[in-house]
Amino acid sequence: MSRSPMAAPRSFLWTRRVFLTLLTGFVLLPVYVMVSSSLKPLQDVSSKFRWLPSELTIRPYIDIWSTVPLAKYFVNSLIVAGAATVCSVVIAVFAAYAVSRYEFRGKRVFSVTVLSTQMFPGILFLLPLFLIYVNIGNATGIALFGSRGGLILTYLTFSLPFSIWMLIGYFDSVPRDLDEAALVDGCGPLRALFKVVVPAAIPGIVAVAVYAFMTAWGEVLFASVMTNDATRTLAVGLQGYSTQNDVYWNQIMAASLVVSVPVVAGFLLLQRYLVAGLTAGAVK
Amino acid sequence: MTTTTASAQPGERTVGKSSPGTARGPRRRPGRIRRIGLPYLLLLPALLLELLVHLVPMVIGIVMSFKELTQFYIRDWTVAPWTGLDNYSLSVDFDAPVGEALLHSFLVTCAFTVLSVGLCWLIGTAAAICMQDAFRGRGLLRAIFLVPYALPVYAAVITWAFMFQHDNGLVNHVLHDQLGLTDKPSFWLIGDNSFVALLVVSVWKGWPFAFLIVMAGLQNIPKELYEAAALDGAGVWQQIRRITLPSLRPVNQVLVLVLFLWTFNDFNTPFVLFGKAAPEAADLISIHIYQSSFVTWNFGAGSAMSVLLLLFLLLVTGVYLFLTSRSARTPRAARASRERKTADV
Repeated sequence: MSRSPMAAPRSFLWTRRVFLTLLTGFVLLPVYVMVSSSLKPLQDVSSKFRWLPSELTIRPYIDIWSTVPLAKYFVNSLIVAGAATVCSVVIAVFAAYAVSRYEFRGKRVFSVTVLSTQMFPGILFLLPLFLIYVNIGNATGIALFGSRGGLILTYLTFSLPFSIWMLIGYFDSVPRDLDEAALVDGCGPLRALFKVVVPAAIPGIVAVAVYAFMTAWGEVLFASVMTNDATRTLAVGLQGYSTQNDVYWNQIMAASLVVSVPVVAGFLLLQRYLVAGLTAGAVK
Repeated sequence: MTTTTASAQPGERTVGKSSPGTARGPRRRPGRIRRIGLPYLLLLPALLLELLVHLVPMVIGIVMSFKELTQFYIRDWTVAPWTGLDNYSLSVDFDAPVGEALLHSFLVTCAFTVLSVGLCWLIGTAAAICMQDAFRGRGLLRAIFLVPYALPVYAAVITWAFMFQHDNGLVNHVLHDQLGLTDKPSFWLIGDNSFVALLVVSVWKGWPFAFLIVMAGLQNIPKELYEAAALDGAGVWQQIRRITLPSLRPVNQVLVLVLFLWTFNDFNTPFVLFGKAAPEAADLISIHIYQSSFVTWNFGAGSAMSVLLLLFLLLVTGVYLFLTSRSARTPRAARASRERKTADV
């Protein structure tokens, strides 16, 4: 990792120190604003910005749950992001195993298709899916539009191709000898997958799951079109803190912190896996 | 991680190898048939879902773009009348209001994407190179740098929106009240400044991904290269120019493409920052299409614009992949262009 010690001159060390300090400030500035504003009374955040609160209060953290039904949005987001993650990871494990371990006709077409759907703008799928859901609803009475199930399905548009793509890279890095040995021993291919390949690729699978969950948790486009009052997720629900007369910035900041804590904590806890997964998927 | 889990396996392997010849002979045929079908069976769930969430919507999207799909036909889009290429000619007629607005939005998106990707790459690479050597607090700094990446988009961007407020925002407080750089507090979320605001937020949110990928790429550079260079008397700056940057080239090719596609298609950032209608100076294409479709309820035109956008992205990606893979195939050309590149840096 480290370069030879004699080679780092003062100019490099100083440039590094200044650059990293400025960058840390840039990164942490919004975090500071978020934390400090969430502890301010309303008059502080509605008038001129101040670095320090005039008085510290945890009132916003109590009020956020009653101003908008935050708990409901939280549960909705949890269900939608969780289900989308589980679906895409399970399905991607099978698909990636097939692509990584078998030769078959159409393999290239499949991989290229999966890879290229990465580049499709979400808006391209939003319009047709919206109309399909509305039409299915009108024709059969099944309310896909506005339902959690419908939203989960739309989230697969981005989490599934990404999961497949990253897992192929990860499975490729698991030595073939391992599962071939299991096959020779009389394991079926599925047992070889679950007894050998999946355990060896756990870091990659965790990485994919974390990533899928994070993107679903932070998704705004589909959530803003495809949800109604009952199924609203956090991404849309947070807008409820601005009313016609008042914008409760302290509550918005408190709610932002509350919805961020689970993903940021999960991410920092699992970031080693995520970085390893991204490396296997993106760099190779 | 991989190796520790894997090392548990060899024990099992030797136990099972007792009678390989007799058992496998007669079972070979059915086994082979199963194996041919198996990959397709494994792919089946993925194929079905891909069909459901990608192929069908895409085909319908293309069909929609040839229809006059206004609010009157939302309930049943299939009965909307065909209009042929009208939606497309409307979109690319740059003298008429619709086409002019689309062209403007497209150019804004291009400028925004180039600047954002460039800055993300630059900051990410610089940070990764700075963190290549071990120093005290490196682990903590790395965790801090990943925070913008981990925060949910709406939580992070809404905080920026608060900071950019005209009356009670931090940005105006610092620039006007504390530093006195502006005559009067500026508007950041409307007017020309909104482009700058969007760019700042986008770079803040996007550079950690470049940082992550470049850091991973740096680990693949053999240490001996640096040692040899140091022996030859090359300083840190020269090592960065001659070894680090050229070695990162394959990583950068993927990174820039991914950043380009994400930034160009980004909807979340401008939507949370500006709401349903972005200011003209920051009218990104995805927001523009969203507005043409869901605010003015013209799905036909919106679909045509989406298809045009997709064609553009396919073209750019195709050209990019062609250029980068060609230089990778001919090592001499690659080396030449690498040397040219390093000379420029």
